[in-house]
Amino acid sequence: MTAPRRSLAEAAAEARVVAAAEPPVVAEGWGFVDTIDRRDFMRLTATGLLITFSVKPLKGMPRPVWNPANLQRPSPDFNAFVHIGADNRVTVLVGKIEMGQGVMTSLPQMAAEELNVDIRQVDVVMGDTDLCPFDMGTYGSLSTRTLGPVLRAAAAEGRAVLVQMASERLGVPVERLEVVDGVVRSKADHSKRVSYGELTAGRRIERKYDGTPALEKVGDFTIMGISAPRRDAPEKVTGKAHYAGDVIPKGALHARLLRPPAHGAIMKSADTSAAEKYPGARVVRVEGGPLGQVWDAIAVLHAHHDEADKALKLVKAEWRPSESTLDDKNIFAHLEKAAPPGRPSQSGGDVATGEKNAASTIAAKYLKGYVAHAPMETHSAVAEVAPDGKVTVWAGTQTPFPLQTQVARALKLPPEKVRVITPYVGGGFGGKSASQQAIEAAVLAQAAGVPVRVVWDRTEEIFYDTFDPATVINIRSGLTAQNKIAFWDYEVIAAGGRGAEQFYDIPHHRTVVRGSWGGGNGDLHPFAVGPWRAPGANANCFARESHVDQLAAKAGMDPVAFRMANFASDDTGARIKRTLEAAAKQFGWTGRAKGKASAAGEVVGYGVACGIDAGTAVSGIAEVHVNRATGAVKVVRVAVAQDMGIVVNPTGAMQQLEGCITQGLGYVLSEEIRFRNGEILDKNFTSYTLPHFSWVPKIEGVLVENNALAPQGGGEPAIILMGAMIANGIFDATGRRMVQLPFTPARVKAALA
Amino acid sequence: MPISFTLNGKPVTLDAPDDRTLLWVLRDDFGLTGSKFGCGIGSCGACTVIIDGKATRSCITRLAAAAGKSVTTIEGLADGDRLQPVQEAFLEHYGFQCGYCTSGMIMTGHALLQQNPHPTRDEIVKGMDRNLCRCGAHVRIVDAIEAASKAPLAGAGQ
Repeated sequence: MTAPRRSLAEAAAEARVVAAAEPPVVAEGWGFVDTIDRRDFMRLTATGLLITFSVKPLKGMPRPVWNPANLQRPSPDFNAFVHIGADNRVTVLVGKIEMGQGVMTSLPQMAAEELNVDIRQVDVVMGDTDLCPFDMGTYGSLSTRTLGPVLRAAAAEGRAVLVQMASERLGVPVERLEVVDGVVRSKADHSKRVSYGELTAGRRIERKYDGTPALEKVGDFTIMGISAPRRDAPEKVTGKAHYAGDVIPKGALHARLLRPPAHGAIMKSADTSAAEKYPGARVVRVEGGPLGQVWDAIAVLHAHHDEADKALKLVKAEWRPSESTLDDKNIFAHLEKAAPPGRPSQSGGDVATGEKNAASTIAAKYLKGYVAHAPMETHSAVAEVAPDGKVTVWAGTQTPFPLQTQVARALKLPPEKVRVITPYVGGGFGGKSASQQAIEAAVLAQAAGVPVRVVWDRTEEIFYDTFDPATVINIRSGLTAQNKIAFWDYEVIAAGGRGAEQFYDIPHHRTVVRGSWGGGNGDLHPFAVGPWRAPGANANCFARESHVDQLAAKAGMDPVAFRMANFASDDTGARIKRTLEAAAKQFGWTGRAKGKASAAGEVVGYGVACGIDAGTAVSGIAEVHVNRATGAVKVVRVAVAQDMGIVVNPTGAMQQLEGCITQGLGYVLSEEIRFRNGEILDKNFTSYTLPHFSWVPKIEGVLVENNALAPQGGGEPAIILMGAMIANGIFDATGRRMVQLPFTPARVKAALA
Repeated sequence: MPISFTLNGKPVTLDAPDDRTLLWVLRDDFGLTGSKFGCGIGSCGACTVIIDGKATRSCITRLAAAAGKSVTTIEGLADGDRLQPVQEAFLEHYGFQCGYCTSGMIMTGHALLQQNPHPTRDEIVKGMDRNLCRCGAHVRIVDAIEAASKAPLAGAGQ
């Protein structure tokens, strides 16, 4: 480690505020209950009713494989709690995090509903490893699906316990009591009443919930199913919402790290002497691999991010180039050759027999490149080491508990000496399941002896992204003389099996999955890949629904009618069918546009797609305009219908649906990482283009009622439709079939030539 | 060289190199963390502040450029406890998800309405087109700015 050139005091004095300005502040309040700390928490839970409960993963839900093995702890006997205190306040403590998806609003809604309290009486504490019970992470649209039902059951158990206590206190039988806004009262005599707070005052009652009590029926809901105001709104419109990079402990320095020019490049030498002379800068070298590298990590520390940047540019390093010879053109042949052997994920009948029965066949190959998560908040973290050695890390992460273990390992500390606090997360989409920046901050804070802030710049954010993997999908299929699907032979390479399974009535079919979107692929990819909003399903839905559209065209049938005639006769097929009916009604479907001219002289097409993801059935129809001269594609209008079971927060669900459509425009029209020999050629938004306001279509969302089904996922389903809806729309407009995402103007022009 | 300017209505002086970046001066020296870092090259708008009435990308603005001027950040936009119409409208129309781009969206939208109090929807889309949002809150952001253009103006702010 290089000795600091100047003292911290000198560094801090560099840009002294001379007059009248407010001094640098230590940001206060990172959680959602602003005042809570460990001591408050112990006091809070010293009395009152504490209900612990366990949320088990969904059956068949894969473990998050991007998380290195052995980071999982022994299965905890509970992983969430609800507390009801003497102050009549309810606190929900969960290890989930809020990244814009709205669960800090919908989880309290569920607790309030079952406890019969006003939602304003409910506080929520999220993503703090010292306060919240263990949780694997926030991903897979699981917060509502798996945590929700158990949270509701535990809250209902809490109500039952409290009503029993009230019955004893008031001398009124349980069945003659009712609960209104946290007050238990006699139905006959409202003056006989006692509040939850009065019941728990001065006592400590702990209950572990294991059973399945009767939950409220949908028709009785007074809080769930109704749009609740977002709890994060006041802070987010006034700039007071704190993200990890906004936490500034006293004396904290920014760290900017020296990065390799390419994945696989190895440092030969580095000269930091000029950087060390930069006023206020400190160079810290960490030997060996705690940061996952084979060379020493070199960081420049400074009180100001922009000055740390300037000093970092003074470091002169020489690198041995990466040995990778892959690029964004040759990657697809590489994947087909190098991907692990296939495993069947769905099959029926005999494909060879189906081929014999086919009157006509189609074979097609579909491609998708690497796509970045590109959250607006780059990976950020702040780490501070207390005098007693305890390390606190504030991190923008989707996985605070696995991160706690990773930081503890990197620092060679027991996990309980590390506390991870997750403030608001500025977008994740799966990309903040990996939290390398937080390990960097912790290692540097320990090495430098000062609190360290790590805020990646956009180039680092793209370079170290765990991309949605490039994918090849091969499909062969055929039609009978009666225009039914005779056979289906499907192979997906590198995207994984999510969304690969088809839901049509096909007697002979086989779906084979080679490799996954996460780990277990060896060195298949030249850089890290990981979960990206509906991982695998975007590529699979694009390929399947494009191919089904090709079959419809081959049959000379309307694409809506063809699907209606071919859906499987099981529950999934029936649910998807209902959503397609609803989408067609909303769109006003009367048949294809067949390339009619728009007012602006472009050609018009309507594209249909269907799917199921995170338990939610979804169908959509898009109106697409294609400029034949430039190849530019504009999505003008999208009608999407989804059956997501019971809807907890209708406005929240619609926001997620709109987000899916809008974000999905990117991977379909512009987003694809360009790379060569380990170097990521896209360095910022100037070449990696995200959807803009002017791209956004009119979005008409329909929530198809299905109160017989528990709440299903809402954050991911609609995005999976985007590739096929737009490809099918382009086909309707131009008669040309796009098989490689994204449909850039150059690719569309080439297809039209 | 000490550099003086008005920050959220109060005079301030900072003794710092004049090639410092305004965004990091606001965040690191003044602790005003509402303005966000997103790209560092002025192409996403998360860092937008208002300088003398004009929406400005603080991540590509040198500190020297603020000398003698009036800088308003998201923290100084409300009139005391009274939110500006754009802020109220973002609340009411759910004009955000993760919230990270929101300060920049509100500052850009507020400046847009100062210059064009009654924009058409197309003018709003055009005025906001260089601000990026990754969550896909665009439709509701446009709704919010349109609603704010029909609301009575709060007193102060720029």
